[in-house]
Amino acid sequence: MTTSLPVTTALLYLNGVSVVFDGFRALNNLSLAIGRAEMRAIIGPNGAGKTTMMDVITGKTRPSEGDAIFAGRHDLTRLDEASIAQLGIGRKFQTPTVFEMHTVEDNIRLSLKADRRTLPTLFARKTAAERERIDALLERVRLKDQRRRPASELSHGQKQWLEIGMLLAQEPQLLLVDEPAAGMTDQETADTADLLREIAETRAVVVVEHDMTFVRDLGVKVTCLHEGSVLAEGPLDQVSADERVVEVYLGR
Amino acid sequence: MVPRPEYPVRPVALLIAFVLGVLLLAPAVARADAYTDALARFAADSFSETEAAIDGVAASGHPLAADVVGAVREGRLMVRAADKAVFIRDPDGSFRDAGTGSPAAVQGADLKPVRLNNRVRRAVEAAMGTLTLRSPDRARRAAAAAAVFKSRDASALPALEAALAAETDPAIRRQMQEARAAILLTRPEATPDQRAEAITVLRARGDQEAVAVLRNLPADAPPAIRAMAGDAITAIENRIALLRNVQNVVYGISLGSVLLLSAIGLAVTFGVMGVINMAHGEMVMLGAYTTFVVQEVIRSHAPWLFDSSLFIALPLAFLVAGAVGVLIERSVIRFLYGRPLETLLATWGISLILQQAVRTVFGANNREVGNPGWMSGSFDLLGLTLTWNRLVIIVFALVVFAALLVSLKRTALGLQIRAVTQNRRMAGAMGIRTDWVDALTFGLGSGIAGIAGVALSQIDNVSPNLGQGYIIDSFLVVVFGGVGNLWGTLVGAMSIGIANKLLEPFAGAVLGKIILLVAIILFIQKRPRGLFALKGRFVEG
Amino acid sequence: MTSDRVFNRTTIVFLAIVLAAALLVPASNLLLPPGSPLHVPDYMMPLLGKYLCYALLAVSVDLIWGYAGILSLGHGAFFALGGYAMGMYLMRQIGTRGVYANPVLPDFMVFLNWKELPWYWWGFDHFPFAALMVVLAPGLLAFVFGWLAFRSRVTGVYLSIITQAMTYALLLAFFRNDMGFGGNNGLTDFKDILGFPVQAPGTRAALFAASALALALGLLACRAIVTSKLGKVLVAIRDAESRTRFIGYRVEHYKLFVWVVSAVLAGIAGALYVPQVGIINPSEFAPANSIETVIWVAVGGRGTLVGAALGALTVNAGKTWFTGVLPELWLFALGALFVVVTLFLPKGILGTFLEAWGFRRKRPAPEIIDEDGVASKPAAAE
Repeated sequence: MTTSLPVTTALLYLNGVSVVFDGFRALNNLSLAIGRAEMRAIIGPNGAGKTTMMDVITGKTRPSEGDAIFAGRHDLTRLDEASIAQLGIGRKFQTPTVFEMHTVEDNIRLSLKADRRTLPTLFARKTAAERERIDALLERVRLKDQRRRPASELSHGQKQWLEIGMLLAQEPQLLLVDEPAAGMTDQETADTADLLREIAETRAVVVVEHDMTFVRDLGVKVTCLHEGSVLAEGPLDQVSADERVVEVYLGR
Repeated sequence: MVPRPEYPVRPVALLIAFVLGVLLLAPAVARADAYTDALARFAADSFSETEAAIDGVAASGHPLAADVVGAVREGRLMVRAADKAVFIRDPDGSFRDAGTGSPAAVQGADLKPVRLNNRVRRAVEAAMGTLTLRSPDRARRAAAAAAVFKSRDASALPALEAALAAETDPAIRRQMQEARAAILLTRPEATPDQRAEAITVLRARGDQEAVAVLRNLPADAPPAIRAMAGDAITAIENRIALLRNVQNVVYGISLGSVLLLSAIGLAVTFGVMGVINMAHGEMVMLGAYTTFVVQEVIRSHAPWLFDSSLFIALPLAFLVAGAVGVLIERSVIRFLYGRPLETLLATWGISLILQQAVRTVFGANNREVGNPGWMSGSFDLLGLTLTWNRLVIIVFALVVFAALLVSLKRTALGLQIRAVTQNRRMAGAMGIRTDWVDALTFGLGSGIAGIAGVALSQIDNVSPNLGQGYIIDSFLVVVFGGVGNLWGTLVGAMSIGIANKLLEPFAGAVLGKIILLVAIILFIQKRPRGLFALKGRFVEG
Repeated sequence: MTSDRVFNRTTIVFLAIVLAAALLVPASNLLLPPGSPLHVPDYMMPLLGKYLCYALLAVSVDLIWGYAGILSLGHGAFFALGGYAMGMYLMRQIGTRGVYANPVLPDFMVFLNWKELPWYWWGFDHFPFAALMVVLAPGLLAFVFGWLAFRSRVTGVYLSIITQAMTYALLLAFFRNDMGFGGNNGLTDFKDILGFPVQAPGTRAALFAASALALALGLLACRAIVTSKLGKVLVAIRDAESRTRFIGYRVEHYKLFVWVVSAVLAGIAGALYVPQVGIINPSEFAPANSIETVIWVAVGGRGTLVGAALGALTVNAGKTWFTGVLPELWLFALGALFVVVTLFLPKGILGTFLEAWGFRRKRPAPEIIDEDGVASKPAAAE
């Protein structure tokens, strides 16, 4: 693509990314590398820059400086949200965002990997293959029985799962998941952790989460952000033993 | 006729007065003869003699000279064929002896008026100028100097110089010097020094008329003088061009303050609360009609209050528009929070109802709202003519702006408004009655629109459609400036106003407006959140 | 929640009525004697034709507002541009029959001392060219405006305000005499269309039928769009724009597509409107007109298409009746309509009716109400 991309084997590579809003540095020289089929948990206090980092990766926010490289080839700082999504980066929002007026099935159908251009979409027809894909996905997120209901009628937990299903339908290489356990029951939380672990067998997953039990359930490498840069990185036990992490985030 | 300066009575002063008295009286004696001689020439019944007679009478400085010349101008100077005696027929039909001024019993049938042609008329005008140059009335002297400047009549030069010598008022002296310069510059026999001096004087005058005079420099003038005149013209024209730009900017500020007034209430309802109030223009209209009603009541019951009518109207307009605003908020808008497009439609409906209501009550025609005395007329500022009402509106807009700023920043209501707009739930939890804060905020914005209506009633037609003319502009001002930012509204209004007035000379009023609209549309594409947008990830579309 | 079928029950019923009207109204006007109770009087046919054009305009507004959440307060501009394109053709057909009998220039140009026909009038002698312009002029303006606006992600109220500014700027521009569109007076005194006199009963009947047909086809085109996958993407954009973007849809292209389609439909409506009312002038650009169109849609039922058409027909029939009987009350009634519909009938007449009807019929299994327009909920707050 562009001339001087840093060489990297990581799927996602952030290098020295800074984002400045009116003098406030939401991200400050942030560097991060996520491998293929790696799951990473991101923790950190409010305002640490977790959501801004996701905004940079998905093209919603342009960094003031720094690189964001996907699959070693694509400069994410130059692409818009739609192109980035088509490259294979899926994002789940903090509050579940689904198409409330559409049925569960249509939510998945719209998310299926397909030609996203306007005219092909206008003339798109339903196919048997598509139907099979939808069935499989609904099975996986346990919404098969709800397929004809409008998404607005789902419970909070179901919406979270529907959104994850929509992400999977895009067949992304990288999933960014913002607080998937928020507002869920213990059982749902545990199920969600299982689902994410399963997904991470074939794809990279970045999970932002405050719930330390949930993070522990995931059992993956943890990155703690503070004031826009990486404070600590490593296994959860190591990170949570870090003095500075305890100081700014976990508390004594 | 000679103005006698009044000196404090001191011995030295008395001596000076005596000397002056002698000096002034001596020519007065001589003057009487010159006057009689000149008067006699009217009887010759030839245009050139008449002209000479006018010049002579004017130069004589005789007390009746002005009456005589004035009578010539109006065809009231009569000559009795029998004895060549000259009479003035006064407008009431009675006659006076032109030589003595005493009433004369003569038969109109014996008399013939002194005839006029264009040359005589010019001589009359020049003479009138000369005569009034020494009038005791300051304004008449000023007018006379201006008249001489315009006519550039060389024959007025002696009288002008005499008047100049006696003149003490510096402003009038300057005018007389300019008149003298105008004569000297164009007079063939003027010396280069005189011309150089004249050019300097005219350059200092520095207006379009000075340029016109300078252009009349005879072609045979020495090159140095011609170059000097050329420089002067360029300097003056540059100055005029600069002045014109300054003037456009001032007019732009004037327009900007009108925009500011009409938009400032919207900056509260739309900018602070996020409510799209399409009936905003009608709040302005209600304010204007309140002014009309106040003036009607004053006219019929208390005419002496007329000059304070606007001060009475201001609080009333605030209350009327504010009350209607609260009513609208409580009855319609509060059900539509969070649904901006529906709010837009509902308030548009309200605007139609208000317009039709006003049309039903007051009629569809324009209503007459008068300017109080202190707002009418105009004044000069550095060569700019500004009407008082424009200036008052500029000042008023800024005062309203400042008052709003202060009330939002410093009062309890302002604090509550900001609390509610930033975090409604938290504000509610803190014990703020958010619904009443909403109503009062909307009332405040509407009330300010009403106040704007009082001001706009002074420069616009007060009709039921008054508000419609402002609604699109007001929204553009607020959006352009940046929603939620009062300073943005100020800067937005002023820049749109000034840009409009700077465009007008090139593009014309309508095209200028179109260009501006397109420019704003394009600007909003570039910066959808306006000039002073809030930035950050918390700002979500 | 919208049905996947182009021909759902409401659409079929409405199309049947419109197409029947296309045949029966002209037939009744031309064939029945004036005394007959079923005779449609001469003045009535162009009036009804005008309503049909408004209905098509309302459908075009509903396509973008109801389904893509774009509230245009400037759609009158596209309607008027289509109207002007048709008006220019009709002006060229006057030929030497104008007051000044100038073989080349229309009357107003002679009056303003124009020497030659401006270039943008060339080609309007030919109907196919004019018809092309009816589509191209509004389409192109919509394309440029939409490309700029959607690319910069101007949404919601901001977009509404700049559409309003757009039509206002055009209003001012068309008022100018030196624009060459007849200034204040606009274009009028038409004589022929395609060789037939515009005032003749036969021509009027044909224009009425054409308007009905255009409404039917426009409605079908819109139905086809909203029931396609693209239609579902539009609703997705309306309800969760950034979600749509993050699953890879380039939102601005989708919006631009329906925006241009909608503008073209509005232009066609304007083109059919002009020969029936006999005049086009700048007041068609007035911002108030565009806002009024939106209320037709709201009254009928936003996001139902058929409802928008019904709303236009109802409100305009009401307007004709009101202005005849109680002219001074019309604005009160219209104003109240805006308030009442937004407060109490957010789904409009058709939406409310269908919902009540749908619930009664399908109470046992409410989760499968997907037969047609239970009107979509208005887009949630931004």
